[in-house]
Amino acid sequence: MAKNLPPKIRVGWFSFSCCEDNTIVMTEVMNDHWQEWKQLFDFRYARVLQSKNVLDEMDIAFVEGAIASEKQAQFLKEIRAHAKKLVAIGACAVVGMPSAQRNFFNENQKRQIDFLLARFAALPKVLKVSEVVPVDVEVGGCPMDPQDFLTKVNALVQELRGGQS
Amino acid sequence: MHTFDLTLDRITKVEGSAALEVRVKEGQVEEVHFSVTDYKRFYTQAMQGKNVMSIPQLLARICGTCSNAHLLCSIEACERALGITPSPQTLLLRTLTMYGLMIRDHALHLYLFSMPDIFGKDAFLDFDENDPIQHQLLHDAFEIKAAGNFLSMLVAGRSVHAPYPVIGGFSHLPEEAGIKEAVAKLEAARPAVLRLIKVYEEAPFHLDRQTNFMALIPERYGFLNGRICDNEGGLIEEENFREHLEHVVLPYSQASAYKHKGKAYMVGALARMNLAKDKLHPKTKETLGRTLDLFPSTDIYRNSLAQAVEILHSLDDAVEILSTQEFSPEPVIKGTPREAVGIGVVEAPRGTLYHQVHLHPDGNVENGEIVVPTGQNQINIEEDIHRLVQNLLPNTPKEKIAFEIEKLIRAYDPCMSCAAHFLKVNWIEE
Repeated sequence: MAKNLPPKIRVGWFSFSCCEDNTIVMTEVMNDHWQEWKQLFDFRYARVLQSKNVLDEMDIAFVEGAIASEKQAQFLKEIRAHAKKLVAIGACAVVGMPSAQRNFFNENQKRQIDFLLARFAALPKVLKVSEVVPVDVEVGGCPMDPQDFLTKVNALVQELRGGQS
Repeated sequence: MHTFDLTLDRITKVEGSAALEVRVKEGQVEEVHFSVTDYKRFYTQAMQGKNVMSIPQLLARICGTCSNAHLLCSIEACERALGITPSPQTLLLRTLTMYGLMIRDHALHLYLFSMPDIFGKDAFLDFDENDPIQHQLLHDAFEIKAAGNFLSMLVAGRSVHAPYPVIGGFSHLPEEAGIKEAVAKLEAARPAVLRLIKVYEEAPFHLDRQTNFMALIPERYGFLNGRICDNEGGLIEEENFREHLEHVVLPYSQASAYKHKGKAYMVGALARMNLAKDKLHPKTKETLGRTLDLFPSTDIYRNSLAQAVEILHSLDDAVEILSTQEFSPEPVIKGTPREAVGIGVVEAPRGTLYHQVHLHPDGNVENGEIVVPTGQNQINIEEDIHRLVQNLLPNTPKEKIAFEIEKLIRAYDPCMSCAAHFLKVNWIEE
């Protein structure tokens, strides 16, 4: 009888205010790892990959992008509540920049954008992910470094499986 | 009469976030609002006061997937402002950079975003490895993407926010071993590209509606040079582009929309193929033969076939350039800051992209403007959705209409940088 495989790691991939460069890098990393990921991951939520997405219990939530509105902040809190581990992916998630560049605008630049912030109910300041929820692991970079991403993901998978790969 | 109120709150397998509101009154579609809902990150304001040398890398961050197109467009705008004429070798390396982008980006759209619709799957990774056709397509997808990614890394240093292309040239040249490996990977992927073209040639989706097209048309099919043409034979001088793109404010959208001659128009692979298929690489034309007779086409779903053909052209021309050209070190050309306006125009994967930069003599940027393809397509998308929904009323279930709308939007391969998180369809029926 075949040995039972360990349950798949339940993951979500979420993008907030950013250019989604890390999503693109992730799909390029997939070129070499898609067969392994098919066996390893249960994508609960990854709108770039699939239409049927559910926000439920996750082992790992990957979050890219900065937080630009209260609505985004609330959704991020929901993600955090469902995730054992939350990984901030890329510069905008980890340090806020460059999506948070409007935080540093001068008065003239601010005047140009104020009506748009009001029209779309944006937050007065763009926030990095850790300003809204606790973050377990950070993968910085603009875009993220593929090897750094793989190393940290593999370490998390090991940890979640209690040292069993 | 037919009345219902439907909210579809997610569009998936596109880049960015979008919302859609459809108003139906007595069985007639009265209004379609397609809006980009990604939060603005204000790059046109952020560039003000920054040194011109920092602008291309800053503006590449507008979009992760079209990053290298923004990078090259901004470099062109800055070089023109600085009075720099790039060397022939630099132009070749930029051409290769665009080919790497087209191969990997079109493949992402065609396999991961659109192909599940054809095979009735939710996700590309759901394809069945025990089914010989689906097994082959799974392997094909990642082989083509990897070849494009390798070409981008070889020439530009990275697929996303590439470090090697700079104002005045390249900071690094491809090495001989890498060139050979790139040629081998590209040639190995060619049969997969031909299978991809076959899939989209035979795809069963169609929506034919007369509209207008616009693209940058070069001497030889490509994405960097040429003249901006429309389908009525009109030519637009780059320096006058703003006079020909009529800005339309859609108060419900974060993106700027545009018309040309008072009408909606489409940019992207279908526009390019309709206006310039005779300029494709000779090997591409010879291989595809009658397939190219499908163009010109006003069927928006042929945009995907046009993208697949562009992968083949990019592959064939990249192999020729890499096999016949030698790259030798040359200095990066320096410019002199002055009071000037520089305009860059390239064909990004999703259509014509414009960057304008107003340079100050102190080397800093006074201001700038960026016009992106999805903004130009926004009104055309609305008009297509209007036609689609009207065609489907009154006998199609709402869920099916919502799916058909998503499928249509995916055919445009929109980039809301970019969009993708939510498409919210609000049906308002009176």
